[in-house]
Amino acid sequence: MRETTVFVNGEARVTDADPTTPLLWVLRDTFGLTGTKYGCGIGQCGACTVILDGDAVRSCQATLRRAAGKQVTTIEGLSRDGSHPVQHAWLEEQVPQCGYCQSGQILAAVVLLASNANPTDADINEAMSGNLCRCGTYHRIRRAVHRAAELAHAGAQKP
Amino acid sequence: MISARRPTPAVTVVLGVMCVVALLSSYSFGRGEPSSGAQADKGLASIHAFASVASVLTSPRCLNCHIPGDSPLQGNQQTPHTMNVKRGSDGRGTPAMRCTNCHQEQNSREAHGPPGAPGWRLPPPSMRLAWRGLSVADICRAVKDPSRNGGKSLPQLIEHVRDDRFVNWAWNPGPHRSVPPLSHDDFVASVTEWIQTGAACPGD
Repeated sequence: MRETTVFVNGEARVTDADPTTPLLWVLRDTFGLTGTKYGCGIGQCGACTVILDGDAVRSCQATLRRAAGKQVTTIEGLSRDGSHPVQHAWLEEQVPQCGYCQSGQILAAVVLLASNANPTDADINEAMSGNLCRCGTYHRIRRAVHRAAELAHAGAQKP
Repeated sequence: MISARRPTPAVTVVLGVMCVVALLSSYSFGRGEPSSGAQADKGLASIHAFASVASVLTSPRCLNCHIPGDSPLQGNQQTPHTMNVKRGSDGRGTPAMRCTNCHQEQNSREAHGPPGAPGWRLPPPSMRLAWRGLSVADICRAVKDPSRNGGKSLPQLIEHVRDDRFVNWAWNPGPHRSVPPLSHDDFVASVTEWIQTGAACPGD
């Protein structure tokens, strides 16, 4: 079987999984990174969001072939110790309720802040519209994104 | 009152000669320029060909993203795209909401999953290629105007509709999405005929 290399959280990972396998299942079942969640399976909810070469890609739709040779960041790789400003902000604002969608929410927020260090409420609403939260934590998510921007400015770490 | 008398033989001969002369004068010979009558025929053929082209360009597969605003549509019902999707500065979405975050290079294999093709995008805001809301005549003028069609010459338009994989996707859109009313081969043939007959537009 043909092998595929993916750079997951900075580490080269090799798999012989079928290249048409959704990246989500390679991350969870092959690499054991279960922080990325299966939600709808049809790219509608955002729970499976990972960062693929800088974009907030839905791993239930992207195949292993698309990720070949590319950089993938999952929630496990955002920081080793939870010190990323977005993670800090999420804790400060106590964002999660059930938590199921939150890894996708956090990674989408990281991608937003990487391109817009001072997002407005409208910017946040627009960027986060593809990540659904059935607990309705949207207000806390918005506050946490603003807080993460402040923390990043304070110099803790660039998102 | 108009008489219904039969014309005399002499009148018949004169009328016959006049008809032959008129008929011959409407055709070009050798390397001469086409006569105005032939040009008119060609123009009509061109406009007729564009009507077929327009039946494709105004199908949901095209019009859902060839929009004047910034919010694309989706489905055969052409409803606003879910998730507040926007065109973005390059036509490929906004930060964290890029088109290709969900749309892959092929259709989703799951029912109701996102369709996909290489280069999934809207036209950029600087070149909107917005046909939605335009008349067929205005779409025609927009399509052949390089300042509004992405800088394409008429021959390049034929190559584009024939070879572009995103254009070709319209005939393989996945389940629950209609295909345009012409086959892809007929569409390319209609575009070619429209251009080869002068790329005329209704009202020109």
